[in-house]
Amino acid sequence: MDFTIILQAGIASGTVLLFATLGELFSERAGVLNLGVEGMMLIGAMTAFSTTIATGNPWIGVLAAMLFAGLISQIHAFIVITLQADQVVSGLSLTFLGTGISLVLGEGLSKAGTVSLLPNFSIPLLTLIPIIGKIFFTDQSILVYIGYLLVPLSWYYINHTRPGLHLRAIGEYPSAADALGISVFRQRYFYVFVGGMLAGLAGATISLAVSPGWFSELTTGGQGWIAIGLVIFAQWDPIRAAVGAYAFGALRRLILDIQGPVLLLGFANPFYYNPYLGFFLQMLPYLFTVVVLVIGSREAMRKRIGAPAALGNPYVRGERGK
Amino acid sequence: MTESTSIKQKMPIRIRVEPRLNENPAWYPPLVSFGALIVALILGGILITLAGGDALRSYQHIAKASFGDIGVLSDTIVKATPIILAALACSVAFRMKLWNIGAEGQFIMGAWGASAVVLTSVLPVDTSRWVFIPVMMLAGMAMGAAWGFIPGYLKAKFNVNEIISTLMLNYVAVAWVNFWIFGVWTEGGFQMSPKFPDGASLPRLLEFAKIFPAVRGLTTHLGLLIGIVAAVILWLIVFRSRWGYEIRLIGDNPQAAQYAGINITQNTIWVMMLSGALAGLGGMSEISGVVHRLQTAPIAAGYGFTGIIVAWLAKLNPLVIIFVSILFGALILAGREIQPSGVPKMIQGIILVCLIASDFLLRYRIVISREEE
Repeated sequence: MDFTIILQAGIASGTVLLFATLGELFSERAGVLNLGVEGMMLIGAMTAFSTTIATGNPWIGVLAAMLFAGLISQIHAFIVITLQADQVVSGLSLTFLGTGISLVLGEGLSKAGTVSLLPNFSIPLLTLIPIIGKIFFTDQSILVYIGYLLVPLSWYYINHTRPGLHLRAIGEYPSAADALGISVFRQRYFYVFVGGMLAGLAGATISLAVSPGWFSELTTGGQGWIAIGLVIFAQWDPIRAAVGAYAFGALRRLILDIQGPVLLLGFANPFYYNPYLGFFLQMLPYLFTVVVLVIGSREAMRKRIGAPAALGNPYVRGERGK
Repeated sequence: MTESTSIKQKMPIRIRVEPRLNENPAWYPPLVSFGALIVALILGGILITLAGGDALRSYQHIAKASFGDIGVLSDTIVKATPIILAALACSVAFRMKLWNIGAEGQFIMGAWGASAVVLTSVLPVDTSRWVFIPVMMLAGMAMGAAWGFIPGYLKAKFNVNEIISTLMLNYVAVAWVNFWIFGVWTEGGFQMSPKFPDGASLPRLLEFAKIFPAVRGLTTHLGLLIGIVAAVILWLIVFRSRWGYEIRLIGDNPQAAQYAGINITQNTIWVMMLSGALAGLGGMSEISGVVHRLQTAPIAAGYGFTGIIVAWLAKLNPLVIIFVSILFGALILAGREIQPSGVPKMIQGIILVCLIASDFLLRYRIVISREEE
C-alpha cells in the first residue's frame, strides 16, 4: 500500500465534501440552515451525468448541475425566508424531494455507459515538491484545483470584503443589517442559491470525476449529511472546512484500499482474510462524523463560539430580533 | 353587471397578509393539510407527465392496487403497520423539537435485536408464541432505545446536533446488520438469515380462516394491533400525563420549561430512548410479522423516513398517525409497480414540501379587501 497514492485519491474524493461543505457554510453564515444538501447533491450528480451524455460536453454538465441544484434550493429559500417555516423540516423535505426527482429523472441512467469526463492534469514545477507535489498536484481533476482556489477565496470573501461583512451581519444580527439598508431577504435567497450551486457542483464532481456514473441513492451515500456535520466541526470557517473535507476524503479512500493487500504493516491483514470485517470499516466515516461533532461542539462550548446567532430563525421585519 | 365591474376597476382589490391573532378553529388545520395534499398530488402529476409518464393512470393504479378489494386493503395495512410505529417514534421526539431523523436506524436495530433472540437460540426453537413474541418485542424495543440513547446522551451532554448524529447512526445500523447476515447468520452464503420458527412469527389473520372463512389469505398481522395500542398509550402519555406536559412545554418554550424546573437534559435522553424504542418495536413487528428472517433490503426500506412525513402530516397526533400511515402504506404498496420507480419517493417529497409551505396559512391569514381611498 502506497500511502501517497491513497492520499492523492483522498484529495479528489475530499473535493466532493469540500464543495458541499463550503456551500452549506455560506448558507448557514447567512442564517439559513439547509438540510437539503444530500438531495441537491443527488440532483447535481444526476443532472451532470445526463447532460454530459446528451451534449457530450462535461462543462455543460457541470453548469447544468449547478443551475438545477441552485434552482431546487430556492424552494427551501422560499419556504423558510418568505413563508418563515421551520428550517429543519423544510430542509429535510428538500432532501426527500431532491432524492425523488433525481431517481425519477435518472431512471435508466445507470446503464447509460461512459461519458467524456473532465480533464485530469498535473501542475508543472509544483509536482516536483516531494510527497506534497505527488499528493496535491499530480494527475488531479480540474475540479480539485478549482477546490484549492475556492478555499482561500471563500475565506477572504467572508472575512475581508464588504459583501462578506454583510453576509456575516445577516447571519448574526439581521435586524441591525436591515437597519443599515442591507436587504436581508434578498441576500439570504442569494446565499441559499450559492449553497445549492455548490452542492450541485459537489454532485457533479462525483458523477463526472471521482466515481463516474449514476448509482441512484448510492451515488452520494450520505456525503451531504457528512458535509453538514463538517460545517459544525469547521465552526463556519472555510479553512477548517477544507481540512475536515480532505481528511474525510482520505479516510474514505483508505477504507476502500485497506482491504486489498495480504500484508498490512508487516502483519497478516485481517480485512483481507475476513472480508466481513469490511462492514465495520464502512461504519467508520459515519462514526467519525459523530466523533468530529463531539469535538466541534465541546470546543465551541469551551471557546464560547458557536453558530451564527440567527441560524435557524426566520427574519421578520419589525419583530424584536435576537 | 357592467356596473359592478366598473366599481371593481375603480376600487382595485388589495391582498394583505396578516398574522392570525385568534386560535384557528378545529376544522381549519386538517382542511389546510388536506388542501396541501391535493396540491402536492397535482404537482406530482405535472412532474410525472414531464418525465414522460401518465399521471392519471399512475394515481388510478395507486388507488386500485391499494384499496381495490379486501385483499389489497389488507396488504396496504401490512405496509402501514411499520409506518405507524416509525411515525409514532418521530412524533414524540418532534413534539420536544428533538429532530430524531434516526427512526430508520432504530427500526433496523430493533429488527436486529428481535432477530438475535431467535438466531442466537436464547430461547429454544419450539418455544411457545406466548413467550417468544413478548421477548422479541422487549429485545427490539431495547435495541431501538439503545440506538436512541446514543444521540440523546450526546445531545444532552455535549450539545451534539442530533439531526446529524441520528442520521449517521442509520448508516452504521445498516452496516451492522449486513455484517451479521453476511458473516454470522448467513443461510448458505445468501444475504439473509435462516427462516424463523413458527413460534417467532406474529399471528396473521389468515390463520383464522378455519373459523372465519372471510379472512382467508389476508396477511394483516398482530403488528397492527401493537401499533394501535402504542398509539393510544402514546396519546395518553403526551396529552394526559405529567411527563407529556413536560415534553410539550419543552418543545413549545424551552426557557419557560427551564424556569419551571423541568430537567431538559434528562428529558432529552428519555424521549430519545422512548422514540428509539417505538421505532425498534416497528422493526420487530416487521421482521416477525412479514419478513420472518433477518434481511437488509426489506427492513431498511425507508419506513423510518416515511415516518417523518407521516408524523408531520398528522400534526404529531398519535391517533391521526394511524390513518395517515394507511394512506402512505397505499402509496408504497402501489408504488412498487409504478414506472419510473422513483415516483413514490418523489411524491412523498412533494407532499412534505407542500405541507410545510401550507403551515403559513395557519399562522397568517390572507385578507382580500377593497382598496380604500
